Amino acid sequence: MRKNLNVNGEVRVVDVPPDMPLLWVLRDVLGLTGTKYGCGIAQCGACTIHIDGRPVRSCVLPASAAGGAIVTIEAVGNTPTGAAAQKAWLDLDVVQCGYCQSGQVMSAAALLARNPAPTDEDIDLAMSGNICRCATYPRIRDAIKRAARS
Amino acid sequence: MTLQAPQLPTREIELVTDRRRLILGGGLVLGLAVASVKARAQTADPSRVNPAGPQPLSTDDVSAAAGEGFRGFAPDAFIRITRDNQVILIIPNVEMGQGIYMGESSLIAEELEVGLDQVLIAPAPPNEALYKQPLLQFQGTGGSTSIRGAWEPLRKAGAAARTLLITAAANRWGVPVAECVAERAMVRHTPSGRQTTYGEVVDDASRLPKPEQVALKDPSQFKIIGKMIRRVDTPAKVNGTAVYGIDVIRPGMKFATVQSCPWRGGTLRAVDDRAALAVPGVLQVIRLPDAVAVVGEHFWAAKQGLDLLKVQWNAGPNANMSTEGLWASMEQASNAARGAVAHQSGDFDRAFQGAEKRVEAVYRQPFLCHAPMEPQAAVVHVTGGGAEIWCGTQVPTSAQGAAAKILGVPPERVTIHNYLIGGAFGRKLETDYVEQAVQIARFCPYPVKMVWTREQDTQHDNYRPLYLDKISAGLGADGLPVAWRHRVTAASVTIRFVGPAGMRPNGVDPDAVEEAEDPVYGKFQNMLLDYVQWQPPEGLRVSWWRGVGPTHAIYVVESFVDELAHAAGQDPVEYRRKLLRNQPRGLAVLNRAAQAAGWGTPLPAGAGRGVIVQKSFGSFLAAVVEVQVADEGDVRLRRITVAVDSGITVNPSVLKQQVEGGILFGLTAALFNEITFERGRVQQSNFHDYRMLRINETPPVEVIHIQTNNPPGGIGEAGTTAAAPALCNAIFAATGVRLRELPVRRELLRKNARKRTLAPPIAAALGARLLTPAEEVRDERADANAANDRGELPLDGIGEP
Amino acid sequence: MKRALAILAGLAVLGLAVFLAIFFWPAPAARAVAATAPSPQLIARGAYLATAADCVACHTTENGAPYAGGRPFVLPFGTIYAPNITPDRATGIGAWSDGEFIRAMRHGVGRNGEQLYPAFPYTAYSKMPDADMLAVKAYLFRLQPVRNEVRENGLSFPFNQRPLMKFWNILFHRSSEPLRPDPQQTAEWNRGRYLVTSLGHCGECHTPRNLLYGYSGKALSGETMQGWTAWNITSDRAHGVGAWSEADLVSYFRYGYAPGRGVASGPMKEAVDYSLSKLTDADLRAMAVYLKTTDPAAKGPRPVAPATLTRASVAAPAPGEADSLGRQIFEGACASCHAWNGQGQQSPLAALRGRRSVADPKGLNVVQTILRGGNLSTPQGHAFMPAFAQAYSDREIAAVANYVVAHFGGDEGQVSAKDVATARRQ
Repeated sequence: MRKNLNVNGEVRVVDVPPDMPLLWVLRDVLGLTGTKYGCGIAQCGACTIHIDGRPVRSCVLPASAAGGAIVTIEAVGNTPTGAAAQKAWLDLDVVQCGYCQSGQVMSAAALLARNPAPTDEDIDLAMSGNICRCATYPRIRDAIKRAARS
Repeated sequence: MTLQAPQLPTREIELVTDRRRLILGGGLVLGLAVASVKARAQTADPSRVNPAGPQPLSTDDVSAAAGEGFRGFAPDAFIRITRDNQVILIIPNVEMGQGIYMGESSLIAEELEVGLDQVLIAPAPPNEALYKQPLLQFQGTGGSTSIRGAWEPLRKAGAAARTLLITAAANRWGVPVAECVAERAMVRHTPSGRQTTYGEVVDDASRLPKPEQVALKDPSQFKIIGKMIRRVDTPAKVNGTAVYGIDVIRPGMKFATVQSCPWRGGTLRAVDDRAALAVPGVLQVIRLPDAVAVVGEHFWAAKQGLDLLKVQWNAGPNANMSTEGLWASMEQASNAARGAVAHQSGDFDRAFQGAEKRVEAVYRQPFLCHAPMEPQAAVVHVTGGGAEIWCGTQVPTSAQGAAAKILGVPPERVTIHNYLIGGAFGRKLETDYVEQAVQIARFCPYPVKMVWTREQDTQHDNYRPLYLDKISAGLGADGLPVAWRHRVTAASVTIRFVGPAGMRPNGVDPDAVEEAEDPVYGKFQNMLLDYVQWQPPEGLRVSWWRGVGPTHAIYVVESFVDELAHAAGQDPVEYRRKLLRNQPRGLAVLNRAAQAAGWGTPLPAGAGRGVIVQKSFGSFLAAVVEVQVADEGDVRLRRITVAVDSGITVNPSVLKQQVEGGILFGLTAALFNEITFERGRVQQSNFHDYRMLRINETPPVEVIHIQTNNPPGGIGEAGTTAAAPALCNAIFAATGVRLRELPVRRELLRKNARKRTLAPPIAAALGARLLTPAEEVRDERADANAANDRGELPLDGIGEP
Repeated sequence: MKRALAILAGLAVLGLAVFLAIFFWPAPAARAVAATAPSPQLIARGAYLATAADCVACHTTENGAPYAGGRPFVLPFGTIYAPNITPDRATGIGAWSDGEFIRAMRHGVGRNGEQLYPAFPYTAYSKMPDADMLAVKAYLFRLQPVRNEVRENGLSFPFNQRPLMKFWNILFHRSSEPLRPDPQQTAEWNRGRYLVTSLGHCGECHTPRNLLYGYSGKALSGETMQGWTAWNITSDRAHGVGAWSEADLVSYFRYGYAPGRGVASGPMKEAVDYSLSKLTDADLRAMAVYLKTTDPAAKGPRPVAPATLTRASVAAPAPGEADSLGRQIFEGACASCHAWNGQGQQSPLAALRGRRSVADPKGLNVVQTILRGGNLSTPQGHAFMPAFAQAYSDREIAAVANYVVAHFGGDEGQVSAKDVATARRQ
């Protein structure tokens, strides 16, 4: 299947099986390895990307269904909330191994974009689908609040 | 197909420290890496090149620095300074989230008198001679040993290099060394104000003899150590540019994924691969003795092919292995008349018989999977007489050796490029995934990236072993223990990893008894601790897991001490205070944690607090966990309070990170995790059945850092070792049910089940079955064992016979 | 008084006599049927009919040889094991004559004249003409014989008394004649009726039953079986499938999924996998045509999305919705795929909006799906849902099921932790 994908503001033409999850198109065909594979069944959120600003688990999104503007961790810093999240992540030393953090930042950026002042409950709603094995959760919560204030 | 990769902007992020502004960004820290990657990119297939920018922190990019061809100042294994004053620090331990790039570069930079913003960081290549870990005695990262091992050598390396550089400058100026000082990679002659960069004197310094002795700074002079400085590896980890083993892309690389035999010790019998080979993009089906792999143009093709294989296995010797059967076998082993004695003092039998009260308990801990977020992966290119390997590993030399053995070549023909690790927790002390990738790559004329599915990773991990602990104590009139008997039965991880040399001469696995032997309270009176090595079935390999021995022992000891406190009718904090009379550091953390947690203040119905105090990896830590238990038995975490004294702390921010994450990591396992076998197969596969704590289940975590001038302790695992006992003690406080088996069995905590688990009248108050005076103990274990055989010992928290 | 007693006694004796007569009345003799050598066409037709009759689903254990029997059916009064119907002479049906086969299919009588239990849907199969039955037999006799001695049924008294089934037949199996085509209806409708009521035996699950396990109430108006609810599939537009297009129904039969209508799970998924997905388009259309003409029944849940759902977005529920344990489980383990507005996040197959399962306050199918997961391949893509039984407690699963019912169905869920514990055992 030949398909045009709008990835990080550029049109990329890919020739991939229609049922190939977007995650593998990004990683193995386009070389965008910032988006991570964790579980393959939408349980961990490491593969989170944005499509038209909403957070999507790319590990279960078939390439054939991937329309709209795709933004990955490599470019989310160009959005105001993405940049704010990244800065707050640094300020509060959120990251440990870092493997899940692409997905965490993507989920947080999407949350901040639709809700500039999230409560703890809003953070739970938006972030509970993202697993962190290093359990950086307390700092993720604080960092989202910090980014919201900035 | 658009072949041109987009050029993403490199962002520089400003970080403010206590002293000055550090500019830490991809461009600066990883400058060297950028150059080499750009060179490589020109030769690569452009559609395959990682367009994300710099490939940070891999040996690949700094081999020029670490290798023999380096031109400049190379006084030791860790420091390289070029003539243009570029400082490169070679970090002996691997970064897997614990912040060691930060910690070890701080140690060197502190004494070398360079800013962290002035250095490049490179992971050490495999080289036992240069990078052997002083505590582990091999080149590896684990056991919370890194800072403890590096504390002296790396500071001394920095100080020695600084001394040489100052001397070289002083000699050039013809002034006394004492009149010169170093700061930020410069030497200054204080009286004249002359100054020079390190780079300008590297050739002179290289010719000087190494100083015999160097003076290390007094802690009051530290500029970096102990300061809140942000981690150097964060920027790349929040903008997608960090490269983990699974992210490596090589020119012409293909992708493989694997199914190993579902039965440990089983073999591949036959594969029908017709359907798989018909999948577009599938290139090869590779048969290994105990696995089958599919290679494709991308992971998805390989995975589709793998799913379409019709595979037949020889189940082998473990076709009927079950968790139940393994426990029965452990139980039998634990009844051995003699174990290997780890510690014996006084006369346990007599003291136990003469005790006012006697308490006994049996604890069980399950198999645990490491389940790091990054599934196992490695890129291997087998060429004529050797191989190049790109992966993340905690043990680069072992990986190199294992690969060389498979290929039948000397180790130096295998190059290991070590990468960031997406969580390890002990998993990457194993080299199985590297070996399997090498076996696959032998059949491939191109570099191949093997990526395990999460299911393969969950089911083919080498697990933290089962532990069976039988423990008894006699209490004196004051309620404190006067006799202490503990038998540990477990498979030996040490013998697997280190071999007989790691064991004590009498057969004790030091890992299995660590912290049981020498708990925070010091040795108990009339103490007998022994170890029975259980032989797991062939093919079932056990592994180190975050917290290693202490995770096992502290759960048992701190749960049991809690049982003793209740048996003595004393408050658990007060009881521990008495036991810590001679341990001021332990007492201090206990008091701080108890006070901060509001110990003793009222809680709502169904809630409870549990406390533990421990010494592990050279750090002292006390934790109070607060839980709420629902009538149906579900446990919710309410609050966590930790006080920690890790001695001199290189980076307080990283310390807090590790304690927060470490205790939540341990709580995840205690609440949810066990690997079980049925008919030889693992019953868990992914995060839906091997459950992870989520942010909405995470309570507030307060970490109180007590700074002392003791030598630094390890901190990567101390939080984890505290988790399970604090949790179970809290559950006891909330419900009166003593959980002696992990993970938490919710069915035992249901409101209508709770009464059954308390044997009236004594145990209702005490949580453990007490022996009546009539049940005298004749042989040290015979009675306990016999009682156990009769099912009389409390096994699962069900206290009545 | 005495007279009355005498009459009563007489009636009792008479009753006993009738009872004994029925109890011990011999089964109808198997008819002799002229033997003909089966042609390849006959065998092929038999294979298709056996598929439409979904024999394999019941007569095969998990990982067992097809048709070799042994699958347990746990009923309130004990466990019945499906027999081996491969042509093995000792343990299968290899020794059966054509007449004996027809007798079993039409009257529910075994080879030795014993009564069969109506778990075997002879009430439906009896509507088949002899020729079709024999085609099925011809196919079964071409299978590889498998030697597999199936366990004895484990039924309690009095259910272990097979002759009692004669009374059941008097009550519930009144006609054993083949269906006669309805000349008022099209051939397609008649074919559909045959597939639905006879071969497909849809009523076995979808028609309500009374305490004696006999049909009662409107055909196909919904029933709970084996821990799952088989929905109302009458032509009622609100409660049944009257509002589904023929294309919806055909898609559902073929793939277990129809856009906007939900997915097949549990026993229905098995029916799709083993049987419906393998039928011809014409037959599936015929079934759809027939179903849309059945007597409508206004019974069971009505899949209507609540107003609050329209205020939810893909990424968040409607503002002001109360937090709960159920929602916490959902936000962690479920929302990534199902999305807060019920449209499905990455795949329409994960859409919950408008599904009947989420409109059922008992939440039976929701609970079963959470416990067991699902796996579906359709032209709209592949969907996989993991099974959450192992890692989540009864209380958590009940809570999330109730949340799903409230959030997507607008009703108050009634699932208790105990219900989940029961569902785990089914």
